[in-house]
Amino acid sequence: MNTVSLSLTSVRELNEQLRGVSDDGSAPAWRVTDPKGAHAVAAGLTGPVQVQIDGHVGYYCAGMNQHAAITVDGHCGTGVAENMMSGIVRIRGNASQSAGASGHGGMLVIEGNAGPRCGISMKGIDIVVGGKTGHMSGFMAQSGNLVICGDAGNDLGDSIYEAVIYVGGSAASLGADCVEKEMTPKHRSRLQDLLSRAGMEQDLDRFRRFGSARRLYHFHVDHADSY
Amino acid sequence: MAVVDPRGLRPSHTFPAHVLAEIHRAADQGVYEIRGFGTKRPLPGFDDLVFLGASMSRYPLEGYRERCDTGVTLGTRFASRPIELKIPITIAGMSFGALGANAKEAIGRACTAMGTSSTTGDGGMTEEERQSSETLVYQVLPSRYGMNPDDLRRADAIEIVVGQGAKPGGGGVLLGQKITERVAGMRDLPEGIDQRSACRHPDWTGPDDLAIKIQELREVTGWEKPVYVKIGASRPTYDVALAVKAGADVIVLDGMQGGTAATQDVFIEHVGIPTLPALRQAVEALQSLDVHREVQLVVSGGIRSGADVAKALALGADAVSIGSAAMVALGCNKAVHLEDYQAIGTEPGYCHHCHTGRCPVGVTTQDPVLEARLRPEQGARWLRNYLTAMVLELQTIARANGKSHVLNLEPEDMAALTVEAAAMAGIPLAGTNWIPGRG
Repeated sequence: MNTVSLSLTSVRELNEQLRGVSDDGSAPAWRVTDPKGAHAVAAGLTGPVQVQIDGHVGYYCAGMNQHAAITVDGHCGTGVAENMMSGIVRIRGNASQSAGASGHGGMLVIEGNAGPRCGISMKGIDIVVGGKTGHMSGFMAQSGNLVICGDAGNDLGDSIYEAVIYVGGSAASLGADCVEKEMTPKHRSRLQDLLSRAGMEQDLDRFRRFGSARRLYHFHVDHADSY
Repeated sequence: MAVVDPRGLRPSHTFPAHVLAEIHRAADQGVYEIRGFGTKRPLPGFDDLVFLGASMSRYPLEGYRERCDTGVTLGTRFASRPIELKIPITIAGMSFGALGANAKEAIGRACTAMGTSSTTGDGGMTEEERQSSETLVYQVLPSRYGMNPDDLRRADAIEIVVGQGAKPGGGGVLLGQKITERVAGMRDLPEGIDQRSACRHPDWTGPDDLAIKIQELREVTGWEKPVYVKIGASRPTYDVALAVKAGADVIVLDGMQGGTAATQDVFIEHVGIPTLPALRQAVEALQSLDVHREVQLVVSGGIRSGADVAKALALGADAVSIGSAAMVALGCNKAVHLEDYQAIGTEPGYCHHCHTGRCPVGVTTQDPVLEARLRPEQGARWLRNYLTAMVLELQTIARANGKSHVLNLEPEDMAALTVEAAAMAGIPLAGTNWIPGRG
């Protein structure tokens, strides 16, 4: 395992190293120490590298990730794994706002809590949050799955499109066009798969499913209150 | 001889025919009007300025012989690979979805031939435009539709869109009739829905966040590519300063005359300020930070001719960007296929029906029959001709003012024809030394 201290190496040098070894098809392992809240740590990785980050990171850790497996043993700032395309990102602590924003693929696991707008604008990513999420999570979520094992804050799934949200606790309130839907056997199976991949054991009976009522898909006078 | 109506019929100035029609439409439908194109109301603009030309104190350059260079470099501040353009006229971001694939390809081909750049748009990068456009600017928009780090890396520059002149503070709209299978697939949306683009970025708010976002984009792309920040003209003094602070290489300023494929009419006509005052404020902001020319300024919104380009450059812009005018060069509002204009309730010269997807000339449509009316080769030729004519006009004016490079044009070369333009542009009223507000 290669070890890099961000006390001695810049984020730019680190990211260049992480990208430089990712094209040979192997899965080298890296350990990053002393992140001290640095931004854009392990952002833009393109290959199947494994990265373990010991400590707290700032904004956009693992942003736009492709294929890499990144674990943060700490908390993370805004926009962790934003626009992720593939791979897996695991946060052992809490995540700030906009976790997994506009993610297109892969899996983001937040073992602690997530701040507001978790999964905003998500486009195919799967997000599993062990704790609770802040307000407007799943805002304009287009596709993919958002699993919240704890409680969800206000305006969950506001203006949601075709993404699916599972909540194990309570939802403080639902946003525009977000409704509760039947938890079918197919959805229980999908939820079980998501939780298994995230390494979380949960009682499936606690979970409820939310999605789009599809009432705002076309401009219409009857929807004026929601625009 | 005018016919006098014996009944003395008199239209209302407050309620002219188009206002009456809009009230009737709103009463019928109960929802705002959504349309394309740009502002239709009269606004102070570049037509309110003139160049002084050479005189006893300044001598001109020979029109067809002496050199008048037009090349510009964008992104010299931080990027390791700045953009070199042969002409200071670029093509603004217009999405695949708003425009058809043939229009995007035509634009790319024309830009490559002219040595300038084209820009992607909401919905991401298509293979056609990447292949056809040698220099392609990749927009990072609030919606993040089609946002892909691989495309980011194969772009030549990155443009973070904060706002748009037609609708500063608002997101775009693409009505269901234009959300075809391909467009829907690129945007991860269901086919046929009315798509509402986000007005705010999902993962940053404010200039401090933007600085970190720019850092991330540079990390993802190896610090090679210029990062532009595009703002709608609302508070350019502050917005330009904040974009500079956030680390932009280039500012793109879009005035309220800028076009759109679809948004609320009330947005187009009533939000934002015209290009003329916004440009002056932006230049002053750059000068106050001592980064004018170090951070390049690209201006858009109502640029139609080489004269407009010359005036924008003389006011301090480094380049301009055109969108609506490029569409017109491709055939927008041309008097052909008249029955198809009438079918959507309009006429050539009045059409703003980009939002319907029924563009009679095949520019803003996804309909294969309509789109086939614009062949990429023909469209590229038209746009190339138009850009060539603009550059010749620009050089004509520059030489007449004694400039061997178009970027040497300066405010002192101009006079204003109206008090309003004098005040907004900071140019003396013609025949005086008076700039309103400056004593």
